[in-house]
Amino acid sequence: MSLAGKRILIAKPGLDGHDVGAKVIALALRDAGAEVIYTGLRKSPDYIARVAIDEDVDAVGLSILSGSHVDLVRETARCLREAKADNVKLFVGGTIPHEDNPALVDAGAAGIFNASQRIDDVIAEMARVLDVG
Amino acid sequence: MTTAAELAPEPGQPGARTPSGIEVPEVATPDAVDAAHVGAPGQYPFTRGIFENGYRGRLWTFRQYSGFGSAEETNERYKFLIAQGQTGLSVALDLPTQCGYDPTDSMASAEVGKVGVSLSNLADAEILFDGLDLTKLSTSFTINGTAAIVYALYLAVADRRGIPRAKLTGTIQNDILKEYVARGTWIFPVRPSMRLIADTILYSNEQTPRFNPISIAGAHVRDAGCTAVEEIAYTLANAFAYVDELVARGANPNDFAKRLSFFFYVHMDFFEEVCKFRAARRYWARMLKERYGVTDEKALMFRFGVVCGGSSLTAQQPLNNIVRVGIENMAAVLGGAQSIFTCAYDEAFQIPTEASAEIALRTQQIVAYESGIARTVDPLGGSYYVEWLTDRMEEEMEKVIREIDAYGGTVRAIEDGYLQSRIAHRALERKRDTDRGERVVVGENFFRHAEQTTDFGEVFRLDPNVSRKVIERFERLKESRDGTAVTRTLVKLRAAALDERENLLPYIVDCCHAYATVGEIVDTLKKEWGEFQEPVRL
Repeated sequence: MSLAGKRILIAKPGLDGHDVGAKVIALALRDAGAEVIYTGLRKSPDYIARVAIDEDVDAVGLSILSGSHVDLVRETARCLREAKADNVKLFVGGTIPHEDNPALVDAGAAGIFNASQRIDDVIAEMARVLDVG
Repeated sequence: MTTAAELAPEPGQPGARTPSGIEVPEVATPDAVDAAHVGAPGQYPFTRGIFENGYRGRLWTFRQYSGFGSAEETNERYKFLIAQGQTGLSVALDLPTQCGYDPTDSMASAEVGKVGVSLSNLADAEILFDGLDLTKLSTSFTINGTAAIVYALYLAVADRRGIPRAKLTGTIQNDILKEYVARGTWIFPVRPSMRLIADTILYSNEQTPRFNPISIAGAHVRDAGCTAVEEIAYTLANAFAYVDELVARGANPNDFAKRLSFFFYVHMDFFEEVCKFRAARRYWARMLKERYGVTDEKALMFRFGVVCGGSSLTAQQPLNNIVRVGIENMAAVLGGAQSIFTCAYDEAFQIPTEASAEIALRTQQIVAYESGIARTVDPLGGSYYVEWLTDRMEEEMEKVIREIDAYGGTVRAIEDGYLQSRIAHRALERKRDTDRGERVVVGENFFRHAEQTTDFGEVFRLDPNVSRKVIERFERLKESRDGTAVTRTLVKLRAAALDERENLLPYIVDCCHAYATVGEIVDTLKKEWGEFQEPVRL
C-alpha cells in the first residue's frame, strides 16, 4: 500500500518522553511513501496545529503514553479547528484503554491505535481514512 | 482495506539466534568453560557475582516502583506495600516534577499526579515520607533532570526530622545521558547537566556516604527497542563518560566508583538476560582496572538493580504477564541483581491496582523463599552454555562500545541524534519481526483470542480531583512561606551557577529548606544554562 503524496505530521504533545512508538510509526509511514515530519518531544497542541498548517499536512498523528490522551486530543482538535484546518485528520496512538475510545472519537480522533496492532494494519487504516490505498 | 498476511496458527521451532543476533550452538561443550577465566564469587573479575556468599548473606531488595496522585495517596500506598513485606521504597514522580515544571505551569496542567506523585516542594516531601523510618528504609528515586533537587528535598526532610544524613540509604537515578537518548525528561544542555551530576555525586559521597548518587540506566534504551547487548554497551559507554567527568574534576575513581550503581531491564530471553549481567560485571571490572587504574576491589564491583516487565508485557491476555515477570525475576536473580522491581501485570498500561501490585510483590517472595534459587551462589556458574554465552556477549558488548568510541564518543553520538536514530530503527525491526511472526509474543501474534480485547479486570482510576487538590496546596504554600528567604536562596544559587568551581548542591539544599519549588529552582538555572535542543532525526 502506498501513502505517496500524503504529508503526515507525527507529534508528541505533553511531557511524555516515550518517543519510540512515534519514531517507529514515522519510519514505517515513510517506508509506505508518505512525507513525514516529526516534531520531537514536549510540543503544545497549539504548536502542533501551527506546524500542521505551515507544513500543509493531510494528517496529524499524536503519540501519547502518559494517560493524558483524552485531554490532549481534545485540545489539539480544538487548535486545529481554530486554525481552520478541519480537513486535517487527527490520529492518536499509545497506551490507550479501549474504554476511552468513545471519548477520543468524541474529542476528534479519526483513528485510535495501540502497540499490539500490526504496523501494516495501522497504515492500512490510516490510508482508508485518508481515502487512498 | 488490505491487512497484513495472517500468521500460521503456531510458531515454528526455536531458531539458533538469540534476540541480540548471537548464533548459539545446538549443544554447548565442556571446552566452553575456563575455570580460571570465570573466577570465584566475590573476587575479580566478579563473573560469578560481587559477594562471596551470594544471597545467603542478604537477599536482594524487593523494590516496587510506586507513586501517583498527591503525596498523601502515595504515602498510603507505601505503607500498604511495606505492610506486605516490601523492603525498599521506589518513588515514581509525575512528569511535571521530572521535567522541572510546577503544578500550576501551563506545560504541566494535563499531567499533574498522572504517572507518578507530584513533588514540587519540601511540604510535599514531608507528607510523602510521613511515618516512614528513613533510617531503616532505603529509598530509590527515578529522577534525572531534577535529580539534584529531589535529592536535596530528601536531605531537607531528614534534616527537619533530625536524622543524621550519614544514615540515609537509597539511590537517585541522576543519569541524564540516557534521558537524551530514550526517556526524554532532559532539561538543560549536556555540559551543565554533566556538571550538576558530578556536583551531586561529589556532594553525596561526602554528606551521605551510604547513598548511591547515580544509577546509570540501560533499562530505557532497552525498553525503547535495543538488544540486551546494546543495552549494556550504551550504558557502560555513558558510565565511562561520567567517570571521565569526575576524573576531570580531580576525583579518585577508587573512591567514587564504590557508589556508582546501574539499572537494567530484564526481558524474556532467559539465558541472554542471565549472561548479560555476568558479562557486564566482568567487563566493567576489567575496564575500571585497565582504563582507569582502579585497584580497590570494592570500587570494581558492578552493583545493579533491575526491572522485570515493561515492553515485554502485552495488553492482550494480560494475566500471562504474571508468568513473564516470574521468569524474568528468576533471570535477574541468577544474574546476581542487588534489587529487583517486578512489574504488575497491568503496569505497562495503567497505574497498578492494589491487587495487581500485590501479585507483583508476591512473585518476588515466591522466587526468593519457595524456589530455593538463592540457596547457592551463582548456581549456573560453570554451565557449558552459560559460560559460552557470557563470553560471547562480553565480546559483542565490547564491539558496540568500540563503535561508539569510533563515532567520537557517547556524548557526540547523543548530541547528533545518532544513538536515538539507531534505537528507532532497531525498534522498527523488532516490531516487523513480531508482525511477521519471527519473534513470538504469546497472545499477541500467536495463540490469539478470536476477539482481541484488553481486559485487566479491575481498572485503576485516579481521583479526578487530584490535580486540583495538588494545585490548591501548592498555592497555599506559596502564600504562607517566607518569600524573602526564597528569593535570597535563589539569587545565591544563580550566582553559583555561573561559577564552575562551585558545587551547586549546598545552594539547592538551602533553596529547598526555604520552600523554593522545583519549578523555581529549575527556572533559575535555565536562565543561566538554557535548555537542551533535541536533535530531531529519524
